[in-house]
Amino acid sequence: MSLLLQRKATNSLALGLSLAAMAFGLFWLAWILWTVFSLGLGGFSVALFTEMTPPPGNDTGGLLNAIVGSAILVGLGTLLGTPIGIGAGIYLAEYGRYTTLGRVTRFVNDLLLSAPSIVIGLFVYALLVATTGRFSAYSGAVALALLVLPIVVRTTENMLMLVPHSMREAAFALGASKRVVITRVTLRAARAGVITGVMLAVARIAGETAPLLFTALSNQFWSVDLDKPIANLPVTIFKFAMSPFEDWQRLAWAGVVLITMGVLALNILARTFFKPEKAH
Amino acid sequence: MKLATRIAIAAAVGVMAQSAVAAELTGAGASFPAPIYNKWADAYQKATGNKINYQSIGSGGGIKQITAKTVDFGASDAPLKPEALEKGGMMQFPTVIGGVVPVVNVEGVQPGELRLTGDVLAQIYLGKIAKWNAPEIVALNPDLKLPAQDIGVVRRADGSGTSFLFTNYLSKVSPEWKEKVGEGTAVQWPVGLGGKGNEGVSAFVQRLPGSIGYVEYAYAKQNKLSHAVMKNRDGQFVKPEEASFKAAAASAEWTKSAFYEILTDQPGKNSWPITGATFILMHKNPANPQQTAEVLKFFEWAFKNGDAMASELDYVPLPDETVKLIRTAWTQQIKDGSGKALYARK
Amino acid sequence: MTQLSNPITADVPLDELRTVVRAPAQRVRRTRLSDALFGAMVTSFAALALILLAGIIVALTISSWPSIREFGIEFLFSGEWNPPADRYGALIPIYGTVVSSLIALIIAVPVSFGIAIFLTELSPLWLRRPLGTAIELLAGIPSIVFGMWGLLVFVPIFASHIQPALQATLGAIPFVGALFAGPPLGIGLLCAGIILAIMIIPYIASVMRDVFEVTPPMLKESAYALGCTTWEVVWRVVLPYTKTGVIGGIMLGLGRALGETMAVTFVIGNTNILNSVSLFAPGNSITSALANEFAEAEPGLHSAALMELGLVLFLITMFVLALSKWMLLRLSKHEGTV
Repeated sequence: MSLLLQRKATNSLALGLSLAAMAFGLFWLAWILWTVFSLGLGGFSVALFTEMTPPPGNDTGGLLNAIVGSAILVGLGTLLGTPIGIGAGIYLAEYGRYTTLGRVTRFVNDLLLSAPSIVIGLFVYALLVATTGRFSAYSGAVALALLVLPIVVRTTENMLMLVPHSMREAAFALGASKRVVITRVTLRAARAGVITGVMLAVARIAGETAPLLFTALSNQFWSVDLDKPIANLPVTIFKFAMSPFEDWQRLAWAGVVLITMGVLALNILARTFFKPEKAH
Repeated sequence: MKLATRIAIAAAVGVMAQSAVAAELTGAGASFPAPIYNKWADAYQKATGNKINYQSIGSGGGIKQITAKTVDFGASDAPLKPEALEKGGMMQFPTVIGGVVPVVNVEGVQPGELRLTGDVLAQIYLGKIAKWNAPEIVALNPDLKLPAQDIGVVRRADGSGTSFLFTNYLSKVSPEWKEKVGEGTAVQWPVGLGGKGNEGVSAFVQRLPGSIGYVEYAYAKQNKLSHAVMKNRDGQFVKPEEASFKAAAASAEWTKSAFYEILTDQPGKNSWPITGATFILMHKNPANPQQTAEVLKFFEWAFKNGDAMASELDYVPLPDETVKLIRTAWTQQIKDGSGKALYARK
Repeated sequence: MTQLSNPITADVPLDELRTVVRAPAQRVRRTRLSDALFGAMVTSFAALALILLAGIIVALTISSWPSIREFGIEFLFSGEWNPPADRYGALIPIYGTVVSSLIALIIAVPVSFGIAIFLTELSPLWLRRPLGTAIELLAGIPSIVFGMWGLLVFVPIFASHIQPALQATLGAIPFVGALFAGPPLGIGLLCAGIILAIMIIPYIASVMRDVFEVTPPMLKESAYALGCTTWEVVWRVVLPYTKTGVIGGIMLGLGRALGETMAVTFVIGNTNILNSVSLFAPGNSITSALANEFAEAEPGLHSAALMELGLVLFLITMFVLALSKWMLLRLSKHEGTV
């Protein structure tokens, strides 16, 4: 076979495999979503959004306190972790690529990427719960922020390092200060990737149970007090799904649908809000 | 965040108008009684407005948290030994009773047909009896056609009070088990797959032909698993049901040593051999007497009004005599800084 | 008011001129100040991140100290896990974690690579965002759902169709076959690895897609101009350019796989016995051991041993990181700069 034909064949094979990979990924997504929806949609009703988590055997009740609680925890956690993460990522890519602080931070950050969430939860427990003598929503938010941090740092640094130096040099040549170069040129060029990082982090913490178990605990009742245990979807889902009660299990699967749809909605929102300008 | 706060305020105004006087208490611990505590708390909140938030984080977690004083009360399936109680300055009392049930998945064996003894069960879990048609099992079940199938042993992966009761029972009836494995919420299982939670064990047993596992009674009932009948201490084969759990509890001598009673292998011809109570732990001289008094009010209310709810969820409520003993213990043991008892007998 | 002799500035009052002349200097000073503040801010954020994250490792070391003192290096090689007798060893959890994560990577990296290529090269423009969001949606499914779906839906089909098929085909090959021996229980190391793979695909694929997209078009077009096929451009131009980012994405996915608790614990079998190399065998992983027993563990040696397991996980991560850096270093030797 001539070289050209060989190369063309390799090309077709590779691209065919990539199509197959895409289909493979979508297949699992579709299967899992199918299971989640078929089990979860049955539990949907107006009550889901207006009533609190019920005790078993009542056949009523909803997930309102858990939904609001999760929104608060995820929101706060993201709010706490993202700025520090992006800031640290900027430092690592722009200021501290070869400094000691940069090297050590990068190393420790990569280590913490694989930290089991339960370890983070226990750390925050020792730091904020055992010392203050109570479980609280803000300690849960701190635990989630610690989960967000490594992901955002890594992706921000990654994306910023990929911006070609020529872009930076062009901006400097125009007389821009370092701050302006970073915020208006480099960060903007890397924007899509940074958003991806934040979205991945949010998706991760939206479904985490273990870190919340020892910090925010959960709450059977309505509470938005940051200083008290707060209801949240993942712990509630875990408790309900592992119980022998059918009404609780139905609520659990409905909760799963809510988390998945919530993350999807957030993703779409962030993408449209931070839409990258059309390339020229 | 602004949006969340707005929703929160609107919902709070619209849904719950709580008076600032309502107490908000937190408890944590065993997962076994969590459903009934939640049910009682819900009814109690409707009746009095006070919120008792109980979360299941495991018996060990309950003990840890009440020791660290991060919760108002802790819950544990395994009672603390009196020395440990003294050291922590705590007291304990039982609330409800439940049973652990062996469940099987053998072709042709209907629920309640398979007969087992404690010793045979221990041998199976030690891996010594490996097939369903082993002579020991056949001897107990002459009427059943047992296949020459490997026994798939399933046990708990996570630490749990259910495992504690099960291993405690096996330690009592089998010296070999006691020596080789012992008892605890987590042990070194000689054989078997670990399922996560009662749910995981049920799932494994349902899916693996020839398997055996142990679950809380509510799970066996809800998932319609094929349960076994056990031979108790008096030599009778009993079914797992409320009556047999009650019979096991009836012979408990609660007065001796701080309610430290594990109800496995109790005498009584109707007693279910793997029964256990679940306990609440509280400090004797609490840092926050107000909160503790509220907790006691809750449990008093539950003992008075909660029996029907407990039975509905397949728990066995305590007999009245036991509740009387508990009340006495409250009065004698839980005091505030000035020595005044926190429990006020109505 | 003195007049300056310069005809251009002659009509401008001196005070105003002073302001105009002074203004750039002021602006420079202000810019320097804001620059310095910005630099200080990001440095402090980096330091804060370091303190928090390092604090976790320090806290973990402190709480596992009793166990380190008791067992020493033997902890890594002992297969015993006996809470009543207070004897612990991490060999089996380590084995389970490493094997399941390895399987996850072997499956996820090629698949994510394929997805990234599809999203950046093959897919029609209007489909890119929706498909990309769909893949990211996989990351938004709570890990407990992967566990439950895995156990209740995937495992039965895996046990009754896929495992026998694997045994019949790959099981026949002499050495490889040992990996697929044993009864097809469904649950086990292979199952955990597959579920982990599905979980980490969105992480690796999204990062790969993002780094592929920021490849300078000029590089790609130069290659096309030389007559390269799409595949050749991707394999020989885009991938080498983005390799740091790609490795970063793989590290992200691997981190997820190593640290995943809920999904693994449902399907790995939680058996502390290691007597065959088969992937069909049930096993245990560091995170499931930690999560399963921590709630019930009494303070003392049991808790300390569990914490030490967490520390071992960091050691494994450290080792993998060092490996990836070494790999990147070797690859960088062959390239120029952009």
